[in-house]
Order: sequence, then structure tokens, then C-alpha cells
Amino acid sequence: MLKHRIIPCVLLKDWQLVKSIGFKSFRTIGHPTSTARIYNARNVDELIVLDIDASLEEEAINTEIIRDIADECFMPLTIGGGIRSIDDIYTALNAGADKIAINTKGLEDLGFITKASSLFGSQCIVCSIDIKKIDGVYKVYNKSKGILELNPLDLAKAYQSHGAGEILLTSVDYEGSTLGYDIELIQLFKDELEIPIILNGGMGKPKDAVAAIKNGADAVAAAYIFHFSQFTPDDIKNTLYENDIAVRGENVI
Amino acid sequence: MSNNEIVIIDYNMGNLRSVQKAFEKVGCNAVITNNHEMIKNASKIVLPGVGSFADGMQHLKELDLVELLNEEVLVKKKPFLGICLGMQLIATKSYENGETLGLNWMDAEVIKFDFSQSNEKLKIPHVGWNNVKYQNKNILFQDIPDNSDFYFVHSYHFSMSEDVICSKSDYGFDFISSVQKDNIFAFQFHPEKSQNVGLKILENFVNLEESI
Repeated sequence: MLKHRIIPCVLLKDWQLVKSIGFKSFRTIGHPTSTARIYNARNVDELIVLDIDASLEEEAINTEIIRDIADECFMPLTIGGGIRSIDDIYTALNAGADKIAINTKGLEDLGFITKASSLFGSQCIVCSIDIKKIDGVYKVYNKSKGILELNPLDLAKAYQSHGAGEILLTSVDYEGSTLGYDIELIQLFKDELEIPIILNGGMGKPKDAVAAIKNGADAVAAAYIFHFSQFTPDDIKNTLYENDIAVRGENVI
Repeated sequence: MSNNEIVIIDYNMGNLRSVQKAFEKVGCNAVITNNHEMIKNASKIVLPGVGSFADGMQHLKELDLVELLNEEVLVKKKPFLGICLGMQLIATKSYENGETLGLNWMDAEVIKFDFSQSNEKLKIPHVGWNNVKYQNKNILFQDIPDNSDFYFVHSYHFSMSEDVICSKSDYGFDFISSVQKDNIFAFQFHPEKSQNVGLKILENFVNLEESI
């Protein structure tokens, strides 16, 4: 049967991989190539790298680093951050990405999602939605546009109908908090979409992944736990396994 | 160019570099090309690819590769490795966005995952790691335990009755995850994205005797 995935989701900033906390402060994780090599050796299921220099500073995607990371990855690699054109997608794919995460451009132009998925296949297009809770209501948040009067589930459904292959759902409030995932958020999405949901933001201990998946996440993304705690990807998988959640791990040679 | 080279067919369908570097990792310099002479001189042929079936066939036709591949694989019997879309293209036809005829190397059809009759509404595409259950283990699975997990990403799958099925995987039901007929090996999953077990498949393909 299909396994639930454990996915490190890290940021690329100033030629380093970093982890953000609530989208504000950053802690350095390490050099991209060596970090990718460690992830590969630890058999993580996928890797997501978001280039925040490209997204916030409007720089071109750092293909040199993406190429270096891809060369160490024999698992799926998703690249995002600053994807604004079909050419950007070509560039990232040619550098070795398997999937492309799109955030701001999707908010501006749903037709771009349609175009990208018809050109590259929906399996290639991951739509990333950042979410903040304002006065008890979940709203779409964007790093450059701020809080938008947009229901995150409606946006996810729109992305789905325009050809997205997966949704990366990040809780800005929980991001880097180690308080666990935003379970109330994932419950809103449970059974609402036909495409997989990767829940991101807040994992502090392996049990948090159990709660996320039991409440509707298809996969979980995290960063803090892999770098600033004693827990390894295997610890998370073991905990999921003990809780009757299917994970990859048997027969890894 | 030596005549024992592996070529990866370049037909503008997805990330071929990842397949090439996976071959590099197992000590083999595979060449990405659509040059007819290079394909004729190659000892083994790899057809990877992601994207739609119709586009894949269209691109093969535009590059005049259909006849050439028929000659090299069906007549000369060069070892062939199809991956994902590269597996689906060897079928008779696909029902992806209408009907499209394939290379017809196997009497098979490519159909969409259909959960309309089942209680469990599974998500499409089928994306992630799933275990591969041997039906008739082929030589490329050598030294890989039964039920190992491989990385899949696809919405359509092989359907056939012919007795060439090597493995199945469970997604709502058991679908065909690999096939082999003589020199033709094909996998629905991505060996190049499946870490050690996947690299082992590529290594086994590299080490395959040229006459099977």
C-alpha cells in the first residue's frame, strides 16, 4: 500500500539552507550539498527546497545550488520560491527538480497553474499555500502581499481544479514552533480534496506526525525536528509504524 | 563512441538528468540523446519520461524514433528499460485524454485509476512510496527483497492479461507495477528516485548480458 511520506522542507538563503521560525527569524541548517547528502543517506522520502532569495529578493533561481542538491538526491526533489514563469519551471527542472512548488504566481494567475500542469503534468505542480489564523478564521497569507481575504480551502480547490498535483499547506503560526501541527487546520481539509496534502509547520516530536496523518494529512513536511532535536527521520517513521500508519522502511537495502 | 553504451532517449518528456545521474551513481556513463546513429550504436536503451501519453508518442514520431526503436528493440533485441511513461508507451494504446496508439510492444492498455466502484476514494495521482510485490521476479530485481518500496507518480496504469507481469502494487487494488517480455523491461515506478533499491535495478540493468 501507499506509504505516508516524511519530507524535510528547508529554505535556501544566501547560499545556505536555513529554517525559519514563523516566517521571520532564520537559523542556519548547513551547506546545501552536505545536507542533501545526509538526507539521502537517512532515506527521507522526498526533499522540498524553497529558494527565499528568489521569492523575496526577486533574484533568479539559484540553479547552481539546485544542481548540486539534485546530484545528491536519489529521491524526489521539489523546488520552489520565485517561480514566476514557464521558463522558471524549465530552468528548475533542467537543474534537477522533479516537482515545482508555486505560491505567489498561483495567487496572481490561476491560469498559470493550468498552463504549467498541462505542459509538465500535474504530478510536477505542487501548489503551496501559507495560512495564518486571524481572529479565529484561517486566511491565506503571502510573504509579499500579507493577509488575503481568501479562504484557504477554496484556494486549494481552485488549484486542484486548475491542475495542481499536490497541495503544500503551511501554517505560518505553527511554523518553527515545535508545538505540533495545526490539527484544526488539517481537519478542515480532510476528505475535501482529491489530490494529496502535505502538511507543514510545527513538528516538534514524532507523535505530532501521527496526529497530522490521522487527521487527514497525506504527508508531513518539517525541518526543525531534523536539525535541532534528537529525533531522526527513522524515529518519526518508527512512531508512525507503532501507530499503525504505513511508512517506508521495511526492506531498505 | 564505444558500442557498449547505454542511451537515454531524449524526446523532451521530463527530467532525464535524474536518470543519467542515477546511472552515474552506479558507475555507468549513460548518454542522453535522440541522435539516430548513437541509438543504433548503443548496446542498451532507456526510455524514461513523465507527462502525457499523447505528447510522448507525438514527440517520438516527430523525432522519427518509432521505427528506429522498433528496429533496435524488437528486431535487434537490445535490452530496453522503460520507466513510468516509458513503460506506458510500449502498450497497444492509452485512454489518457481520448485514445492514443502506443508502440504496441505489449498487448496492453493504459487506463486511469478508477475508484468509482470502490468504497475507498483514493487520491489521484498515485504519488509516493509503495511496495512492489513480485509475481514473477525478473532479473533486474536481483538482490532486492520482495515488497521493497519504490517511488511512484502516475494517474494511469497498465492493464493486460498477457503473462509478462513481474510485479503488482496495491493502490485500492493490485495494479501492474512492472513487466518483462524477453529483452523489454518496464517499470511504472521511478528507479532513479527510489534510493538504494532503485539504484540496484539500474545497476542490474547495466550488468545485464546483452543477449537475453
